[in-house]
Amino acid sequence: MTRIRFQQSLDELKDQLLEMGGMAEQAIQRATEAYRTRDLFICDLVSQGEIAINRKQREIDQSATDLLAMEQPMAVDLRFILSAIKINAELERVGDSAENISQRVRKMEKMGAVEMPVDISRMASLASEMVRKSLQSFIDADAESARAVLAMDDAVDAMNRAAYKALTQVMMEQGELAPQALNALMIARALERVADHATSVAEDVIFWVQGADVRHSKSLKTAPDPHEMGAV
Amino acid sequence: MGVGIEVSNLNAWYGANHTLQDINLNIPANHATALIGPSGCGKSTFVRCLNRMHETNPIARVTGSVLIGGLDIYANAKPVEIRRRVGMVFQRPNPFPTMSIYDNVAAGLKLNGFTNRHALDEIVERSLKHAALWDEVKDDLKKQSGASLSGGQQQRLCIARALAVDPEVLLMDEPASALDPVSTSKIEDLIFQLKSEYTIVIVTHNMQQAARVAEKTGFFLNGRMIEFDSTQKIFTNPTDKRTEDYITGRFG
Amino acid sequence: MLVVAPLVAIFIYLVYKGASSLNLAFFTHNPVPVGESGGGMANAIVGSAILLGVGSLIGIPMGIAGGIYLAEFGRGTKLANAIRFTADVLNGVPSIVMGIAVYSLVVVPQGHFSAFSGGVALGIMMIPTVCRTTEEMLLMVPNAVREAALALGVPNWHSVLSITVRTASAGIITGCMLAFARVAGETAPLIFTAFGNVDWSAKLSEPIAALPLQIYVYAISPYDEWHRLAWAGALVLIVLIMLAVSLVRYVTSRGVMKGAN
Repeated sequence: MTRIRFQQSLDELKDQLLEMGGMAEQAIQRATEAYRTRDLFICDLVSQGEIAINRKQREIDQSATDLLAMEQPMAVDLRFILSAIKINAELERVGDSAENISQRVRKMEKMGAVEMPVDISRMASLASEMVRKSLQSFIDADAESARAVLAMDDAVDAMNRAAYKALTQVMMEQGELAPQALNALMIARALERVADHATSVAEDVIFWVQGADVRHSKSLKTAPDPHEMGAV
Repeated sequence: MGVGIEVSNLNAWYGANHTLQDINLNIPANHATALIGPSGCGKSTFVRCLNRMHETNPIARVTGSVLIGGLDIYANAKPVEIRRRVGMVFQRPNPFPTMSIYDNVAAGLKLNGFTNRHALDEIVERSLKHAALWDEVKDDLKKQSGASLSGGQQQRLCIARALAVDPEVLLMDEPASALDPVSTSKIEDLIFQLKSEYTIVIVTHNMQQAARVAEKTGFFLNGRMIEFDSTQKIFTNPTDKRTEDYITGRFG
Repeated sequence: MLVVAPLVAIFIYLVYKGASSLNLAFFTHNPVPVGESGGGMANAIVGSAILLGVGSLIGIPMGIAGGIYLAEFGRGTKLANAIRFTADVLNGVPSIVMGIAVYSLVVVPQGHFSAFSGGVALGIMMIPTVCRTTEEMLLMVPNAVREAALALGVPNWHSVLSITVRTASAGIITGCMLAFARVAGETAPLIFTAFGNVDWSAKLSEPIAALPLQIYVYAISPYDEWHRLAWAGALVLIVLIMLAVSLVRYVTSRGVMKGAN
C-alpha cells in the first residue's frame, strides 16, 4: 500500500485521541466518585488529571496541524483530521467540566452536605455513558452507534431541566439552603455540558465517516433558510 | 463565449487497444473542468478526441458522439474546422522555434489566410494580454524568438497562440506540469480569468491544481470515467471508493 | 583542427601553384590556341554558372519535394521505400556513367551536345543528396511542432510547408549547398553532355564550356602554359564554390529569423 507513513501518522493521531478520551472518561468518573464520597483526595486527582489533559490537547492539535500542512489530506483523510481537531477540543472541555464538578464538591464539603432533590448520580452515569459510547463509535468508525449517542442527549437535558425546577423551588422555599442548591445546580449543569460534548463528539464521528454535517439539525429544520429566502 | 460539450458513448482505440470505454459526460460552458486519474487511464486520449487530434495517429479509431455547442464534431464537421473552434495547449510548451513571438501568436490566423496587418497587430496584442504575457514581451515582439523565453513564458505564449484564433473551448493537457511553482501559479490564475470567456478542460495529475481551478472534476481509471461531480464533492466526500483511493493516494 | 587541415593544405597549395597565373585576362578572355598569350577561362566560368544554375533548377526542387514526401506524407509506404532506394542507388552511380546515361537520353535524341543536357546530368546528381538531407532535417523537427500547428486548425499540407519545412529550412539549405558544391566540380558527366566549348556560348542548346572540364583538358595537355592555366582554374573553382556557399549562409542566417513578416 502506498502512503504507509501517512497512514501510520493517522493511526498515531487516533491513538493519541483515544488516550485523551481515556483521560476525559476517567476525569468524569473520578468527579462523580468525589461527589458520591466527598473525598477531597479524589478531587486532587481530578485537578492533576486536568493538567495532563491540557498538555495532551496541545500535542494533538500540533500533530493534526502538521499533517494538514505536510500531507495535503483529501476526502476521508481530511475529514478525519478535521474531526480529530474538534473531538480534541470537546474532550478537553469534558476535562474542564470534571474539574468544575470537583471544585463544587470541595465547596460542598466546606458548606456541609445537605440532601438535594436531584439525582446527580444518575445524571453523571448517563453523561459518562454518552462519553464512553461516543469514544467507542470513534474507535469503531461506526456512524450508527454515534447516532445512538445523539438520541441520549434528550434524557440528560430533561433531567437538567427537572433539576433546575426542583432546585429553584428549594431556593425560594428554603432560602438558607440557597448556597447548597446553587452548588447542586451548577453540578447538574456541568454534567449537562458533558453530555453536550459527548454529542458533539458523536456528530464529528458522523462527519468523518459519512461526510454528513448533522449538527444543529433540530433548530435548522424549523428555521427558514436565509439562502432560500433570497435575502443573504 | 464558451459552449458546452456533451459526450455520449465515446469509445476510442489505438489499434487493438481499447483506450476509452463508454464515456458519457457533460462539460458545462464557461467553467473549468478538470480530468484526473493515474497514468494511462485515458484522460489525455479523451481530451484529444474533443478536438479530433486523436485521429491524427493512423491506427486510432473513435466511435460515439461528441457535441460541441450542439454540433456533432464527428458526423457534421471536418477536423480542421473543429480545431479552430477548440484550441489546445500541450504539456511541454511548443512555440514554433524559428518564429518570432509576434509570428507565433499570429500563426493560427496567418496560416488560415488572415492578412489584414492592422487587425493582426490588434489580435496579437489582445491575445498576449489575455495570456498575461504582454507586459513582458511588448517591447520586442518581432525580433525576439519564441524559443528564447523561459518555460513559463513559453507556455503562456502557447496559450496566447491558441487564444488568437478565438476558440470557444480551450483544452489544456497538463499545462503546468513542466513548470516551476511560480509559473504554475501564474498559469492557474490565468485559467481562472479565462473561465468566464471560454470553456476550459484541463487534464492534470496534480490534484491540488484541479481543486484550485476547476468547478467540476472527472476521475478516469483504465479507460472509464468513474466519477464526475463538483470538485468540492470529489475532494471532500467522493461517492466511489476507487475515486477516494486515488485521491488519498492509497493503492493496493 | 585535423578536419580543417586537409582543406587548408589544398587551398594553400592551389594558391601557390595558381595565383601567379591569375590576371584580369583570366577572367575576361576566352581560351586561345597554344602559343598565343593572354588566354583566360571567362567562358568556362560563365559556363559553369549556367550549368549549375540549370542543374539546381532541376535537382533542388525535385530533391526537396522527394524529401518532403518521404518525411511527411509517405512514411512507411512502399512508394517511399522505393524512392529512398532509388535515391541511394543514384548516389552511388559513378559520375561517368551518369554522363553516358544522359548522353543516351538527351544528347542523342537532340542530336547535339548542349548546356541543357549538362545541366540535366548535374541536376540528377544533386537529387539524392538534397532528397536525403531534406528528409533527415524534416524528421528532426520535433513532433510537438507539427502537433501545435495541427491543433491550430491548419490543414496538414499547409502545416508541412509553412511550419515543418520552415523549421527545418536551415538544414535543408545546407543539404542543397552540399549537393551544389559536390556537382560544381564534376567533370566526367560533362564530357558527353556539355562537351565544352572554346568559344563564348551561353545558349542552352549549344555545347558550353565549364571550369572543371577546361581544367581537365588543360591539365592532360602537354603544354606548360596550359598547365599553369589549369592550376589557376582550379584555384578559381574552389574560391567560387566557397564564395557561393558563404553567400547563401549569410543571406539565410539573416533571413530565417526575420521570418515571413
